[in-house]
Amino acid sequence: MSEVLTTKAEARKLSFYYGDFRALKGISMSVHERKVTALIGPSGCGKSTFLRCFNRMHDLYPGNRYEGEILLHPDNANLLARGVDPIEVRMRIGMVFQKPNPFPKTVFENVAYGLRVRGESSRRRIEEKVEQSLQDAALWDEVKDRLHQPAYNLSGGQQQRLCIARALATDPELLLFDEPTSALDPIATASIEELMHDLKERVTILIVTHNMQQAARVSDFTAYMYLGDLIEFGVTDELFIKPKMKQTEDYITGRFG
Amino acid sequence: MTDHASKQYDLDLDSIRSRVLAMGGLVEAQIRRAIDALSTGNVALSEEVIEGDHKVNAMEVSLDEDCSQLIVRRQPAAGDLRMIFSIMKTVTDLERIGDEAQKIARMAKNIHERGGPQAPPVVEVRHAAEAAISMLRRTLDCFARLDTDGAEEVIRDDAGIDTEFRSILRQLITYMMEDPRTISTSLEIVWIAKAIERIGDHAKNMAEYVIYIVKGTDVRHTGQMRGTPTLDA
Repeated sequence: MSEVLTTKAEARKLSFYYGDFRALKGISMSVHERKVTALIGPSGCGKSTFLRCFNRMHDLYPGNRYEGEILLHPDNANLLARGVDPIEVRMRIGMVFQKPNPFPKTVFENVAYGLRVRGESSRRRIEEKVEQSLQDAALWDEVKDRLHQPAYNLSGGQQQRLCIARALATDPELLLFDEPTSALDPIATASIEELMHDLKERVTILIVTHNMQQAARVSDFTAYMYLGDLIEFGVTDELFIKPKMKQTEDYITGRFG
Repeated sequence: MTDHASKQYDLDLDSIRSRVLAMGGLVEAQIRRAIDALSTGNVALSEEVIEGDHKVNAMEVSLDEDCSQLIVRRQPAAGDLRMIFSIMKTVTDLERIGDEAQKIARMAKNIHERGGPQAPPVVEVRHAAEAAISMLRRTLDCFARLDTDGAEEVIRDDAGIDTEFRSILRQLITYMMEDPRTISTSLEIVWIAKAIERIGDHAKNMAEYVIYIVKGTDVRHTGQMRGTPTLDA
């Protein structure tokens, strides 16, 4: 691979504690810009915990504690530093969850929400951005005539794409996907995967998935985690054909445990 | 290898692997019998070998079918993926070796039905055939044991059969020049020698797949094995 890779985000000796329990054990890993990086590993390996560190989701619960750093480039800002506002972090780093979780509002208001939080007040600019985000999330054609209907009226796959549009509206640099298709049927899954492929033209994606074929299909890089450790990180094609570590081999061939 | 979480998966993989070995055994027997038919002039045996090729073909079809089913059902990855991918290629090589055995049997039948003066280098042909059969058998052993050292040896041995082929060819040319009545038979022996040389090539291919299964490195067309006594792991 002769392509020059730029680091978008970088975990440095990142440990994370749920109270006394050390869920991440000093992880150092780079997330490359405009690439899809997949995190795989068995339940409880820390992959979702790791993902959530990137937008300070853990701050919502008392007793949680970070050690180490997550640097966001190009400004080299440590997202975990004291004094960094989690809301600011979440403007730059969007998140899409396992189950579609649209707000109990209209399609339009769901996408406009982040813009309003950011203080955008121009009706015209909001309308433009909502349309653009829905276009980017490959949802516009399906919802353009029902923008002011409740988001809950959409199908599961459409709701998930709406959540992606909502995340895209604030022009994030990094998008976090936490098993974004585990509640969707194969067709809706394929459309989300296709969307990820298009989105990486301009945004960096970090995805947690239990579906190894999905990791193989959508990602450029894959990280295998186990019990809070990063076991192997590498180019996806190589990791799935010729992993370096026996633990990775055992996991991806189903010989785990 | 650690057991798979699904026992059926391991059973399916093991069953495919052992059937590849069974197919290899059948193919080896086909070559041996074809060479025997050539040496002894047993035309009935030639016909049996010609007839027997359909069994080899049927095994190819059935193994391909099982491999594609395993891919669809299990989506093998890493070592399993390399194994299935290599098995599909191995099966193709085995089927072609079967075709070569059939070719040898057909030539043996022609030679003996025609009668007349025999071109003598049958002994050398038999020697080359033994070398090819040994390569095939060792390559199958290496496949069964996932033995890369043995596979590297097989790959290097292929050069010996190529040399032997050229030597048989030179001898035959001499015979043909000395006694043009041997031309028909000599040409058939050329075809047989060529078939043996091809069997060596196929065995070498299969040995390369063994290295790919174990190490994940593709040594085909790299010249890595040629004339080098060792290969860095």
